[in-house]
Formats: sequence, structure tokens, C-alpha cells
Amino acid sequence: MQGTGVGARVRRKEDDRLLRGRGRFVADIALVGMRELAFVRSPVAHARLRGFEIPDAVRHAVFTWADLAQDGVKPIRAASGLPGFKVSEQPAMASDKVRFVGEPIAVCVADSRAEAEDIAALVSAEFDELPVNVDMLAACEAGASRVHEHWKDNVFLETSVGTPFPAVAAAAPVKVCRTIRTARQCILPLEGKGVVASWDRQTEQLVLQTATQMPHIVRSGLSECLGVPQDAIRVIAPDVGGGFGWKGLLQPEEVVAAWLAMRMDQPVRWIEDRREHLVAAANAREHHYEVTAYADARGKLLGVEATAHVDAGAYSIYPFSACLEAAQVGSILPGPYEFSHYHCRTYSVCTNKPPIVPYRGVARPNVCFVIEQLIDGIAQAVGRESWEVRVENLVPPGKMPFDNITGKHFDSGDYPESVRRAVAGIDLAGVRARQRQNEPDGRLIGVGLATYCEQGAHGTAVYHGWGIPMVPGHEQAQARITPDGGLELRVGVQSHGQGMETTFAQVAHEVLGIPLERIRLIHGDTGLTPYSTGTWGSRSMVMAGGAVATSCRILAQRLRRIGAHLLQASPEDSVLAGGCVRSGGAEVSIAEIAHTWYRAPQLLPLDVDPAGLEVTGGHKPKSDHGTFSYATHAAVVAVDPELGLVDIIDYLVVEDAGTMVNPMIVEGQIHGGVAQGIGTGLYECSPYDNEGQPLASTFMDYLVPGFTEVPHIRVEHMHTPSPYTEFGMKGIGEGGAIAPAAALCNAINDALRPLGAIVSDAPITPRRILAAIEAAGATR
Amino acid sequence: MKPVDFAYERPTSLAAALDLLARDDCAVRVMAGAQSLGPMLNLRLAQPDLVVDITAIAELTSVRREKQALAVGACVTHARLEDGAARDRTGEVLAAIAGGIAYRAVRNRGTIGGSLAHADPSADWVVCAAALGAELLLASKAGQRTVAAAEFMVGPFETALQPGEVLVEVRLPWLSERARWGYCKFCRKAGEFAQASAAVLCDPARDVQRCVIGATSGCPVVIDDPQFMREGGRSERVTELLSATPLGDDPFAVRTHAVVLRRALERAGL
Repeated sequence: MQGTGVGARVRRKEDDRLLRGRGRFVADIALVGMRELAFVRSPVAHARLRGFEIPDAVRHAVFTWADLAQDGVKPIRAASGLPGFKVSEQPAMASDKVRFVGEPIAVCVADSRAEAEDIAALVSAEFDELPVNVDMLAACEAGASRVHEHWKDNVFLETSVGTPFPAVAAAAPVKVCRTIRTARQCILPLEGKGVVASWDRQTEQLVLQTATQMPHIVRSGLSECLGVPQDAIRVIAPDVGGGFGWKGLLQPEEVVAAWLAMRMDQPVRWIEDRREHLVAAANAREHHYEVTAYADARGKLLGVEATAHVDAGAYSIYPFSACLEAAQVGSILPGPYEFSHYHCRTYSVCTNKPPIVPYRGVARPNVCFVIEQLIDGIAQAVGRESWEVRVENLVPPGKMPFDNITGKHFDSGDYPESVRRAVAGIDLAGVRARQRQNEPDGRLIGVGLATYCEQGAHGTAVYHGWGIPMVPGHEQAQARITPDGGLELRVGVQSHGQGMETTFAQVAHEVLGIPLERIRLIHGDTGLTPYSTGTWGSRSMVMAGGAVATSCRILAQRLRRIGAHLLQASPEDSVLAGGCVRSGGAEVSIAEIAHTWYRAPQLLPLDVDPAGLEVTGGHKPKSDHGTFSYATHAAVVAVDPELGLVDIIDYLVVEDAGTMVNPMIVEGQIHGGVAQGIGTGLYECSPYDNEGQPLASTFMDYLVPGFTEVPHIRVEHMHTPSPYTEFGMKGIGEGGAIAPAAALCNAINDALRPLGAIVSDAPITPRRILAAIEAAGATR
Repeated sequence: MKPVDFAYERPTSLAAALDLLARDDCAVRVMAGAQSLGPMLNLRLAQPDLVVDITAIAELTSVRREKQALAVGACVTHARLEDGAARDRTGEVLAAIAGGIAYRAVRNRGTIGGSLAHADPSADWVVCAAALGAELLLASKAGQRTVAAAEFMVGPFETALQPGEVLVEVRLPWLSERARWGYCKFCRKAGEFAQASAAVLCDPARDVQRCVIGATSGCPVVIDDPQFMREGGRSERVTELLSATPLGDDPFAVRTHAVVLRRALERAGL
């Protein structure tokens, strides 16, 4: 692809400042008179909060929920409209009860963070401890202490999708059962959470500069808690160093900071430290599955039966609620496969742990981990290569678009071809030949595949069905020509690693021909941009990128009309191309047209459209079901059977993002996602003891893959444009993180096959591998 | 995660440092690279009144060749050893150990003495200094004394250092040219402390046949037993030895320690 429009591999505009350390993040912001905050956090997991001991010398600098409640501040409330959902109320700091270790119970204000921490160390609270719900299955048992005492049990929501199919199950020639756990993880963007709150006396607005993916949603939630109208709140996201879902919430600390800024009439800042991040927040991905797949003798899936539990933690988060994760499980567990019988029961369980947050891919990495293990299990049972069984069961291209068993509308693509290309690209035959030789170092070689499809750019119906505080569906963008022919774009989504300053400019360039360096993106500011639900769910390029295209097309018409007048031609005989309006052999540049509109209006046609060179355009895809990108990941591993260490010796991704605006950015998204998926598969786990104490509070205990653990990742692209979106784009942001745990698990089990051992829980640690080998030895 | 308010001194002579360490009116911590102390300060696990940074003391940052031993100052960084502080068999071994510690950014600041004095049971130097038969020179205002590395650590994060005393030098006896050395550690990623480790030294010219099992959650287990070495560290013996450590009732730990010991012996060609 030549040029700099849609499809071009251009370097990211934002990298010049970000890679030179010249970005401006929340922690870089200093306002005159700004105070620093430190939170006192609960040291116990479940207790009645009897009261505080606060030395008189610091009493003026310490605030608790009672102070906020006195001002009428309301708890965070994220209900779901699904029948039976139990609502939790989360005060921004605990009121009468603490429900997890790390829950904020008081806030301390000082001139520096260190001094605020000094004050925090002087504050103590009196607790009456209660029995702790640590394990989600135990929390469901009768007699478990209740996290929210007015509930009848500890289940936010129970759902059932599909219907049981006992006759088919009983007659099925092949039955594969698994019990699978995935660990509680921490999300860990490079930049943690942070917020600066202040009161702007000129605009009479509360101004929140906060590390968020969703400024407009934060504003709505803040308004609901504080009772301040939304027009009196401005939420600004400065440079944000990654979010992955963690920054897609209204945070309790944001509510506290906002209230303090108003109460004290002073700017306040809270910067989350890594320990707070690891223990008090940003938790994700803890699921438990009992699952059975039924197949015929060839390995064709007949049905899937599952019971899934999600450990949703203590509270329902705003806006996604405590049911999003489990509701996703029920609807996406079937994966990219076609089969006729499905029944899944899900439980969103409330425990004495931090609320679970939707993390890149939300439940998809988990369900992919489950269904892909089942596919490999079926392949083994019927004596075929797993790729053959995948191809046998994937929705074939001839059936696209396809409505699957849970009503997901797969828009396009050739799923089986991604498997065939992965098999060729990973050299399956070569790996099989290598496996027949003994490795000189005694390690065992294995190869594994995982295939998924990823819904991006979600529509209205599904979210309306869940009835949570946020329902997406359309998106707007503003485009304004500057008097010298540059272009300003304003979008309500927020770029925190996605490279939108580049990709949205590429879209605009594609339509208007203005050079990228003259296109500026303004984003992440409720005061400057159109409303948006924000950046989440692989939606921004499809939705806001689509809106940028719409706006620029409207601008193109207006430019063409003025340009034609200046060329003394008719608009119908004029074209906008390469940044100029052309007619016959003559041309006039956008800069000249802009100059005329803004600074020489005497030259304009008398009937010129006075709306001018500033447009708000919107986008709503032709389908409400979103886009479906997909991929097959293939991993080759070497397993040390004595120590249980896993070395990834090859990793290939064959994916289809539809039309890629910038393939280099797509590849970067995939690389980053795969690194996180390797963390899910092999390393990351946030364990708790029986008292609900988190055991991984630093990076010595919480292992994250670094550059020495992430291999070179090869990426091959397929190109099936979506029939429903601008340019055929599909959401791609989450995909990389979805399949690695599954592909690695299948590869490790392939390596362990000669020993008869099998692993099924994530992360697949050396301890688990050695235990599996030992168990296999014991049964032989 | 900010430290408590503390005073900071960076003396340029050992005498000045010892004067500061002798103060009994405040809690003093020695800083020799801060790769462990830094995080401990930030987490407020350490809350000293005074931090004495000893990295500006010239005699603590030098490497001297003596007749009997290579004398490595306590504040010599892992990176310097990795880059070859001594160009002989002893230097090669030190370089290999140092080069495997965490990652380069840590090695640029972390020091051999700091690591030994911190006495993390999983640390590389704790295990390797014991295996190499290092002698540690300690100093206080009362004078100097020498302690064998194998006896320096008395428990997890506890050493033989007395109040007012500081580790100033690590004296590594010269390995003979035919000395055989093996070190193996088991960890999942660079920078993670070892889950199991073992070091072996066979130097018949000096009558040394020593195995050390590390990462025991306690002191390293030192085995000066030619038969044990000959038998390749049989796993029953390892089980027996580890039963006296906090890891004794964890079969995974016992098993991986036995594997690591065997691999260390293999690496030594034993």
C-alpha cells in the first residue's frame, strides 16, 4: 500500500512524544496549591467497621464516608436489568462494613504523598471480623456468610442459556469432560490509575483530569454519585498509559477526589501505586468451569453443556456491572463453532475480594481456554489431528454471514482457512517429525492451536438486554478545517495506546487528502468532544473511525462546492482529490478554500452553506451485531518434564481484521495482546489465603512476562472486509490476548501426551505441570 | 508507596561510616546498592531514621588480587563482576554467577555485599559464596573479624552482623585451574528469585568437594561430603537434608531441588 491513507503502514504520530518521555500523564500534572491523597485501606477482608481512631493532630486531614454521606454523596450503583440481579451499593469508602482487603476506608490529605502516607499510618479502625468468602464455589454454599447481608445468598446473578439435551448427550459416541479454573489476574497497564480533581471558578465546573478510557461515562457516574449536574463536570483524560478495561470504570477514588476538591476548594491528586493496583483493585479473569462436550465418532460437535462460575468480587462496577463477565460466558462459550445443542448455566458470585473488572477480551480468553481444550480432547478421543477437528466444526465461509447458537451474527470470514494457514505456517509436519526424535536436553516438544472469533464494536441490543448503565450503538466525530487548511478532529473515544492520533488521521486523509501532519486529533475531554461511551470492546476504529469518515465526507462536499465556485466550474464537474478541488485542468487547494471561507468571505458564492467547514457526523454500522475478527494462534513449546518449565519456541498468529487502517498498529496490538495472553497462560495469578489476604502484593510475587519471556511473534494477515462498516474495518484491539492461554495449554498437553499427563488450569505453572506428571505416573 | 522521612548520609571513608553506624540514638540502615532496600523503604517494610550509603567508600568498591584470595569490596556491583573483574578461573566463575542475577539494570546497581547482607534465602551470592568458600570481612568501631560465608547467614534475612558492624569485603580463595564448578537455579523469569538453586565446587587440588543447596527459605544447606558428590546428590539424601528446612513438607520443592542439584553437578562435569 502506497501513501498514507487507509491501509498504509505509517509510523505513529504520537510516538515522537511518548517514546521520548515527553507525554503528559496524570502524574505529570501539578496545579498551584495541589494537595496529595493517600487512602487508608482495609486490612481485613470481611468485617463490620465499628469506628476509627484518628489522632487529634491529624483529624482535620482525614475524611471518611461519614463526611461524604453528610454532603449527600451516594454510593456507586451499577445495576443490571437482567431478571434476578442483586444490586450492590459501593460507598466510595466503606461505611458500616468492609468487604475486601484494600477497600478504602479513609482518605488523608497532605502537601506530599509521603506526608499523606504518614498520616494514613496513624489512622486505625476497629473491626468486628466476619467469616470470609474467598472461594467462589464455597461462597455459593448454603450457610456461607453473606457479603451483602440483605441478599439471600452470594450470587449477583444466575443465568441459563439454551436448553438441556439429555437424549443427544446419552447417545453421543464421544464425551469429553473437564473441570477448569482460570486464575484471578491483575490488569497492570504500565501507568496505574490516577486523578487530579479541581474546581474551576471561571467555568464553575468540577474538573477531573483522570487516567480513563471513558471520560463521558465517568462524568455520568460521577454526576450520579455527587448529585452535581453533568454540565458542571468536565472530565479530561490526558495521556493515558494503557487501560485494558481497568480505566473503563468510575473509580471510588475518583468520587472521593472530586468531593474533596469541591469541599476543600483546592486541587487534589491521587496516584495509584503499584501495591494498591495489585491488591486493592484491577482484578480480572477468575472463572471456574464444569464442562462437557459431546461429539460424533469423527469429532463433529453435537453439543456443549457447561456450568460456569465467575468470581465477581465484592461489588458491581460502574458501568459494566457484576454480570457482564458471566453473561459474556453464556453467550460466547460456543466460540467460532457450529453445533446444535447448547446449555450453559452461569453464576456471578459475590466474594470478599476486589470487584472483577472486564480485562482485554473480557471473558473470551477464558472461554477460548475452555472450548479449545475440549476440541483437543475430542481430537484425541477420535484419533485425529486437532486441526482437522477444528476445521470440521468451524463455521465454513459458505455459510457467512452466520447466526450461531446463541444468536451471535458472524459477519464474514474464512475461519477454517485460518487454521489451515496456521498449520502450514507452524510446520506441523516438521514438529511431528521432531517429536519422534528424543531431544538432547530431555525436553518434550508440543504444538497447540487455538481459534476464536472476537465481537467488536458492540451494538445496542445486547447491552440494552443486559440493562447496565451504559448502552452503546452510535458514535459521532467533529471535523473542522482550520483557516490555513489543516484539520482538527474531535472524538469522544480516548486513545491510550491504540494510536488513534495516527489512524484517525489516516481515515481523514483517505477522504480529504490532507497530509497526516496537518491533521490533529482532540480526544478524551468531555468539554471538547462529542459524547461517547469511550474506548472499550474493540470499538473505537469501527465506530469513531467510521464517524470521522462520515464527517470528512460532509466536509468534502462543502469544500467541493466552494472550490468549484472559485474555479468557476459546477460542483458536479469538480472532484476533491489529493487535497485539491479539481475541475478540467484547474485546481484549488483546501488551504485556499479554507482561506476564502474564513478570511475572504467576499469571494464565496452567494448561496454558500453557512454551516461552514465544521461538521459533526455520526456512524452507526449497518448491523447492530458488531464486527467479528478472528484468528488461529499456533504455539510450539518445549517442556522440561523435571522442573515443569515451559519455553515457547515458536508462536504464530493468523488473523483477519478485515480492512486494516494501519497494519503496523494492528500487529502492535496483537503483539501486546499475546504478551498478556502468555501471562494468563503461564504466569499471572493473584492468590488469596483463607482469610482473604492477597498474597501477591509486589512483582516479586505476581509474575508478569517480560521481554525475556515473550518470544518473537509471527503474524500473518487474512483480509475479509466486514460488509457492515466503513472501509470493511473490524475491531481488533482485544484479539491478541484471547487465544494464547488456550494455544499454550494445548501445546503443553501435546508435549505431555507421551507421559499421559494433562493440565487444564491457568496459569500452567511448573508446580501444576509436575503435579500432572506425577498424577499420570500414579495412574499408570 | 513513599518511604518514611529519613536522613541520608554518604560517607567517603569507612571510619566515617562506622561512626554513623555506631549511633545508638536512631535506627540506622546500610545501603549498598538499594536493589532490595529501595523497595523495602518504599513499602515501609524498613523505616530507618538514618540511611548510610556506603557506595562512595573507595576501599569498598575495589577488587584486589591477593596471594590467597581475590578480595572483592562489598560495594562492587554485579555488573562489574559480570564484565570480568578478574581474568582467570575465579573471575570466570564470578562473571557467570553475576551475569545470571536478575537483569542488567539491577546488576548495574546491586552489589555483592549488599546481596549477602540482605540474606534473601534465594539470592545467588548467598548460595554461591558459600560454595566458593568465601570469607567475609566485617568491620565495626571495635575492629575487624572474618566469618565464613557458609556461616554468615543465620536465618532468612538474618546474618551474623552485629549492631554497628558492616560487611566490607568478600574474600574468594583462588580456584585451581582444574577446579570444576556448577551452578543451577530454577526460576520462571529473569528477575524472579530462584525457587530452587544449587552450587557445586570440586577442586581436588585444594581438597574441596562441596555441594550447596539454596533457596530453602532458610539458610543454604552445605554438604562437604565427597561421597554425596560422587553419588550425584541422590534424591533421598536431598529429601533428608531439606526435611530440616521450611521446605521439607513440600514434595514439589524437594523434587525440584534434587533436579537442580543434579544439574549443577552435570554442569560441573561431575
